[in-house]
Amino acid sequence: MSKQRLDARFKEILARGDKLFVPYIMAGDGGLDALNERIQFLETCGASAIELGLPFSDPVADGETIQEAGIRALKSGATVQGVFDTLKVSKERNMPIILMTYMNPVYRYGIEAFAKACVDAGVSGLIIPDLPMEEEQMITDILTQHDIALIRLVALTSPTTRQEELKKRTEGFLYAVTVTGTTGERQTFTDRVHQYLAHLKNGANTPVLAGFGVSSEEQVKMLSGHCDGVVVGSRIVKAFHEGDRAIIKAMIEASKQST
Amino acid sequence: MYQQPNETGHFGQFGGRFVPETLMPAVLELEEAYNEVKNDPDFLETFHYYLKDYVGRETPLYYAERLTKKLGGAKIYLKREDLNHTGAHKINNALGQALLTKHMGKKKVVAETGAGQHGVATATACALLGLECIVFMGAEDIKRQKLNVFRMELLGAKVEAVHHGSATLKDAVNEALRYWVSHVEDTHYIIGSVVGPHPFPQIVRDFQSMIGRETKQQFNEKTGRLPDALIACIGGGSNAMGMFYPFVDDASVKMYGVEAGGHGISTGKHAATLTGGRVGVLHGTMTYLLQDDDGQITEADSISAGLDYPGIGPEHAHLKDINRVEYVSATDQDALFGLKLLSETEGIIPALESAHAIGYLPELAQAMTEDQSIVVCLSGRGDKDVETVKAVLGGQSDE
Ligand SMILES: Cc1ncc(COP(=O)(O)O)c(C=O)c1O
Repeated sequence: MSKQRLDARFKEILARGDKLFVPYIMAGDGGLDALNERIQFLETCGASAIELGLPFSDPVADGETIQEAGIRALKSGATVQGVFDTLKVSKERNMPIILMTYMNPVYRYGIEAFAKACVDAGVSGLIIPDLPMEEEQMITDILTQHDIALIRLVALTSPTTRQEELKKRTEGFLYAVTVTGTTGERQTFTDRVHQYLAHLKNGANTPVLAGFGVSSEEQVKMLSGHCDGVVVGSRIVKAFHEGDRAIIKAMIEASKQST
Repeated sequence: MYQQPNETGHFGQFGGRFVPETLMPAVLELEEAYNEVKNDPDFLETFHYYLKDYVGRETPLYYAERLTKKLGGAKIYLKREDLNHTGAHKINNALGQALLTKHMGKKKVVAETGAGQHGVATATACALLGLECIVFMGAEDIKRQKLNVFRMELLGAKVEAVHHGSATLKDAVNEALRYWVSHVEDTHYIIGSVVGPHPFPQIVRDFQSMIGRETKQQFNEKTGRLPDALIACIGGGSNAMGMFYPFVDDASVKMYGVEAGGHGISTGKHAATLTGGRVGVLHGTMTYLLQDDDGQITEADSISAGLDYPGIGPEHAHLKDINRVEYVSATDQDALFGLKLLSETEGIIPALESAHAIGYLPELAQAMTEDQSIVVCLSGRGDKDVETVKAVLGGQSDE
């Protein structure tokens, strides 16, 4: 049920001729009390799904903005259990939730227990940036049993054979990392990005979303033009933190205008 | 025969390669490059040339007669890694990996450092071989180890202060990993201990294992036997792995790894990962970690910056699980006691890290007999710690 919710929603949006827009927010930033309202707001703005960060003390794939959001979340008392409990309250939402966290919090919670908790909280998928395919067998069977999508990340540095393998293995969508680096706003992208996205799109049996660094309406349009849509993280986290939500609406609007 | 890690980089259930996809190709390339050089006579000859003529190896194995008499019990030998160029064992690995960097055709190096010893060693190897070098160091450690910061700068390295988290070694590793993710195409990460993703724990162990090999031969020349026990301090665990690895199959040799007990294990303020930690994933590897019930990594605490790390090399986690090595701890107080003891009885001021191994010695030596022998890995010299020690013991020497 969980994974299907995500697949069905993406299919429906793409069938309309729209692009996908997945905002990232940090659970517990601004307090866990703010979480369901923020999800609601993003749904109203027209988000396709939400990537929800579970804070971790040592997020090596993240730049400054998301690191600081994680520290704020932990200081405000956010816990893995607290996030699951908060999500459970509105588990019948239409909006698919994808959890993004690192391997250690999942391992400590217990992989099986974590998968069950995802089901109970209506979570559709998982993104674990420090779990490359070499190590993923510790988690894949359990996620399959519980119908949770494991979304694979592919990188600009991945050689073609790895790109093809990741394309084959991924569930929900393929997360095409668009910078050689950590998350965080970027002014520009390498010229190789277009070719890279085109290559990933070719023969993919899931949608391909571009993410890392995307932070303006122009970039949303530009990147969405070369794949199925974008994930926007740091810019959204900053917008919520600074209480300036207009940019979020504007970026989602821009996504709708891209073809 | 002991043979670890397996082909996927695991030591039993530990180790592995838990890194972002962006780094995976670099980690695989490194493994390939290391497999090319590890048995290559030309590479090994170059490595040994520098170890001998530049680092000053082999280091002596010294019978500490006065210390032995003072403690009463087993004979104590010191493997003098403190006599290496730059003052610690860290140069062995830094040099090996700097040569590997050149072999891979990369011109830039990033490193993390805690006490500054690995940073100084890496900056030194980079100056020697003409590589560009950037070192991340926690802001707290910069305060504790000011002189080492200046040494790195003199050697032409760029030192970047890390203010996140506890601003110590763990945070410096995070920042070095982030830097590596962003510059992976032309930069090699010279990690400073037997930690991180495969193949680092294996590479660092191998580049440190001359410590144990020399010890075995030197001890045999002196006594015609094997030592009865080995003891080494453990931060990430590289000097200990280098000492232990060549002896793993010698069942009669007992091995003791001494972690930093900080204010005492029961206070929760310590860095004794194997004693007080639980299994998890950090910095690319599965191992024991200091963490809370939610999987958040907690801060380590030790008087010595080089042991102030909430993780430990995955091979040590494995050696603990198979009961081959006994892991114990020494508190800050034990280490200070050890530092004074060695200084006064033998005229050798040890690094605070190494002083943890000395601090545990009385207990071990006195439980053994006079015809038995212990080899201590004296991983580094204490020059860098004199200020820290003065701040703690100052009252006594000012009287
Ligand atoms: C002298 C000395 N000994 C030991 C260590 C701890 O590292 P490891 O456990 O990797 O040997 C350090 C680290 O900085 C050190 O400087």
